[in-house]
Amino acid sequence: MSLDFSWLSPYQDAIFSGILVTIRLTLIGGSLGFVLGVATAWARVHGGPTLRWAAIAYVEGIRNTPFLVQLLFIFFGLPALGLRLTAEMSGIIALVVNTGAYMGEILRGGIEATHKGQYEAASSLAMSGYQTFRHVILFPSIQRVWPALVGQFILDMFQTSVISQIAVEELTFVASFIQSRNFRAFETYIFMAGTYLVLAFLMRRLLLIAGRFVFRMGVAR
Amino acid sequence: MISFSFLEMVWALVVATRWTIVLSAVALIGGALLGALLLILRIAHSRILRWGVAGIIVFVQGTPLLIQLFLMFFGVSALGFNVNAWVAAALTLIIWAGAFLGDIWRGCVEAIARGQWEASASLGMGWFQQLRYIIFPQAIRIAIPATVGFSVQVIKATALTSVIGFIELTRTASFVSNATYRPLLTYGLVAIIYFLLCWPLSFSAGRLARRLNVANRTS
Repeated sequence: MSLDFSWLSPYQDAIFSGILVTIRLTLIGGSLGFVLGVATAWARVHGGPTLRWAAIAYVEGIRNTPFLVQLLFIFFGLPALGLRLTAEMSGIIALVVNTGAYMGEILRGGIEATHKGQYEAASSLAMSGYQTFRHVILFPSIQRVWPALVGQFILDMFQTSVISQIAVEELTFVASFIQSRNFRAFETYIFMAGTYLVLAFLMRRLLLIAGRFVFRMGVAR
Repeated sequence: MISFSFLEMVWALVVATRWTIVLSAVALIGGALLGALLLILRIAHSRILRWGVAGIIVFVQGTPLLIQLFLMFFGVSALGFNVNAWVAAALTLIIWAGAFLGDIWRGCVEAIARGQWEASASLGMGWFQQLRYIIFPQAIRIAIPATVGFSVQVIKATALTSVIGFIELTRTASFVSNATYRPLLTYGLVAIIYFLLCWPLSFSAGRLARRLNVANRTS
């Protein structure tokens, strides 16, 4: 049999809105996850014993359980505790909590690679622990691990496809909807795979370029 | 309605875990074989082979696993082949794991200093001899921790096969959750089971990385 992608043309609008939802989820999940990751890495490296152990428990707990289970736990479990959440909110929370753990580990690697002399220089300038972290340690650490963070961001976009399972109408949900209508499953999913490939390529390029730009502006050599 | 006691819930989930373990093992073993093949093709001296393998790896690493599963399960059926959930789940995960392992191992091979290739070539070794006696024994030291670490990804990935109806831990959890109306407890227990499966592997991957990294140890 031959492939015929014209079966998809009536669904242009649905596909387009699916792409937008996927991008929205990725951007919100990725950026809030990054903030949570910074906090986690800070707690892990510079926090007291309690904070450090909390960060370790969080990171290990998230990294050793599947995202789907985390998502279902939040979507079905939290309402049982009385928290009303929309599907999209649950999806975003799951995404942020998941990304925060991975990005925290990546950032920890960057922070731990900081040369001892940087801390000594900062303390000789009478900087406090927070000031040192904020002005001396954090920015170069992010720069050091930026490619890994971008990689994690892309993985995050692939994770958003799982959120289709709680009926958030992102790209994969749209794909399943279309193939249930036109019965052209192979073409539909090949097309969606191609769309994800293009999205991942564009996002990676954009973020790497943005990183180069930001870090050239921000770091005094 | 069937009512479940707490112990019955735990038991139902533990029993279902065996399919998660079986599928993980199938995916890992099949993925390792495929990954080894991809690795050999990738470092072979043929440009067409290298590009072909690179294409597979880009597709697998550049699209969500869920889409790959749907493509295998719904897509291939729509082309007229009969695929059940077992076959689709196993095949997709084998290809997925193979592409990742092939790429991870290629990194390990490329981490071996060029001088090792040159020295062994100067001893008159052929390409297979170089790999067999010089490159692989060194590359394996780096590859083992990364491979053990990846097995955690495989176990977590099997959870997605619940979506196409493969009955493993996560799928069983939704049955139990629906029957008991206790989603928080059910998915909490499921998370604990996955953690107990994955964490020992994560932990030993870290330990192995430190222990096997003798050659590059700095402190």
